Amino acid sequence: MAREAELRLREQLSKLKSLPLLRGARLSGDLERLQRQLDRIVAEPSDEEIWHAVQLARHEDRPYTLDYVERLFEDWFELHGDRHHGDDAAVVAGLGRFRGATVVLVGNQKGRDVKERTRRNFGMAYPEGYGKAMRAMELADRHGFPLISLVDIPGAYPGVTAEQHGQGGAIARAQSLMARLRTPIVTCVIGEGGSGGAIATALADRVLMQENAIYTVISPEGCAAILWRDAGEARKAAAAFKPDAAHCLELGVIDAVVPEPEPGAHADYDEAARLLGEALGESLEIFEGVSGEDLRRQRRVRFRTIGQVSATR
Amino acid sequence: MSERIDVSIEHKHAPPQDGGRPHPNTCPECGSHYRDDELEANLRVCPHCGHHFPVHARERILQLTDEDSFAEEAAELRSDDPLGFFDLRPYTERLAEAELSTGLGEAMVIGRAAIEELPCELAVMEFGFMGGSMGRIVGEKFVRACEGATERGVPLVSVTASGGARMQEGILSLMQLPKTVCAVEDLRDSGGTLISVMAHPTTAGVLASFASLGDVIVAEPGALLSFTGPRVVQQTTREKLPEDFGLAESNLRHGHVDAIVPRSDLRPTVARLLRLFSNGA
Repeated sequence: MAREAELRLREQLSKLKSLPLLRGARLSGDLERLQRQLDRIVAEPSDEEIWHAVQLARHEDRPYTLDYVERLFEDWFELHGDRHHGDDAAVVAGLGRFRGATVVLVGNQKGRDVKERTRRNFGMAYPEGYGKAMRAMELADRHGFPLISLVDIPGAYPGVTAEQHGQGGAIARAQSLMARLRTPIVTCVIGEGGSGGAIATALADRVLMQENAIYTVISPEGCAAILWRDAGEARKAAAAFKPDAAHCLELGVIDAVVPEPEPGAHADYDEAARLLGEALGESLEIFEGVSGEDLRRQRRVRFRTIGQVSATR
Repeated sequence: MSERIDVSIEHKHAPPQDGGRPHPNTCPECGSHYRDDELEANLRVCPHCGHHFPVHARERILQLTDEDSFAEEAAELRSDDPLGFFDLRPYTERLAEAELSTGLGEAMVIGRAAIEELPCELAVMEFGFMGGSMGRIVGEKFVRACEGATERGVPLVSVTASGGARMQEGILSLMQLPKTVCAVEDLRDSGGTLISVMAHPTTAGVLASFASLGDVIVAEPGALLSFTGPRVVQQTTREKLPEDFGLAESNLRHGHVDAIVPRSDLRPTVARLLRLFSNGA
């Protein structure tokens, strides 16, 4: 599978190299970026590099959804509330103009200082948060606006009320709604793609991951606590389940890696936003002119075929 | 004659075995102890207090379906080890051990069946196989069950018992959530029906995907149906948990399941639903 990912990148790279320099400087930036992705894939990330990604994905200065919204969207209008009983500040949803066209965005949102962190529950959504996201998704579908989702969630909130309000069912129904949408969906994991909380807004036509983001079925600490019976073994767990972007690309779980400025997105918000905006824009272009029926059929096929087992043991 | 003697009273409060863990045939609620054939004859429900013991997939299928009606599908599918996962032991070793102890190739058994002469497709989970965890083969089998139901125009009945996604398959196990959800959507588009029976425990990734998408959801009494288990909630929040935290009864009260059905009523209840959804056809 590494081979496939590598071939895909090589193909892109050769295409770009043979193009006349119509777009000048931007194109050479693309070349460099692809070359870097290729280098990364060919050299499989070491355990150290994987743990470094875990740390960067959780870096307290890492840009969050609203930092990107501010830099990428015009006329942003934030929507509040799930129209049932609450407004979960761990999830943001809204309308904005992205590259001249109206899009709907949903994203997870962590807080910057102690007060905001508490208000946003450290980015851990309640069922009300998925309810808000679903309302925004339906709005996108109704009006034919593309949907962008930015994923950055340690995990769904493990609390009593969250369970009583139907955490599991809410995550299932959010995915089920995304599988029905007739509008293009692009997701990018911009920090922590934590388990069910992440997949609730990630059933997309195209899934991207920032270079230093992680995408996991369980937190490294949670996995270590269960399998090693010691949460302190998180490093070992992360090395074993490989949540970094290069591995996710290799496994076919994501379609592309979005580069970050060195040494990470936290170092330069503007540049990180520019690179993300480019990737989102290119991704949306792919689906221009594709009918709603085809979109959702292909979307379902995408998830039907991820990681399919070919051989029997 | 001797087989008919009820020894449950003598065996009450059987001493703990196996490093302090009670014997699997000792009721954790009331301490009554039973011979295996006694429990089997009573659908693995404690005759004394009504506690529902876990049921293995094969036995569940026998309990639910008409005699000899079940024809298994995709039995040959086996997981491989996409990540070369090694915790304290290699994943492949855990798989081999699970197959040996359960006699099953994976944590889900699917096939065509009839319940009270009503044809259906069946997908039954085996908690004994690595905690009923959902990896790529469980996801694949569920999808095939949906496709089988669609092809034959029959409802799909799922019986879940799962600790969640299979960590040893990393991010690919998380991908089984959207995969099974998409399969349910295809089933729905074709006019198909999903009846979801939640047995103990239906948690995490399985609760957060196909199990919660049943047209009708019924649960067994006392089953734990929670996205996050009580221990983790307790540790994270330090909140005092309600007595019935995450249990079927609490889920019914909060509106997440349609009914709690004792095991003795499960077969007739599922049959009734199959009749209703077939609408006389």
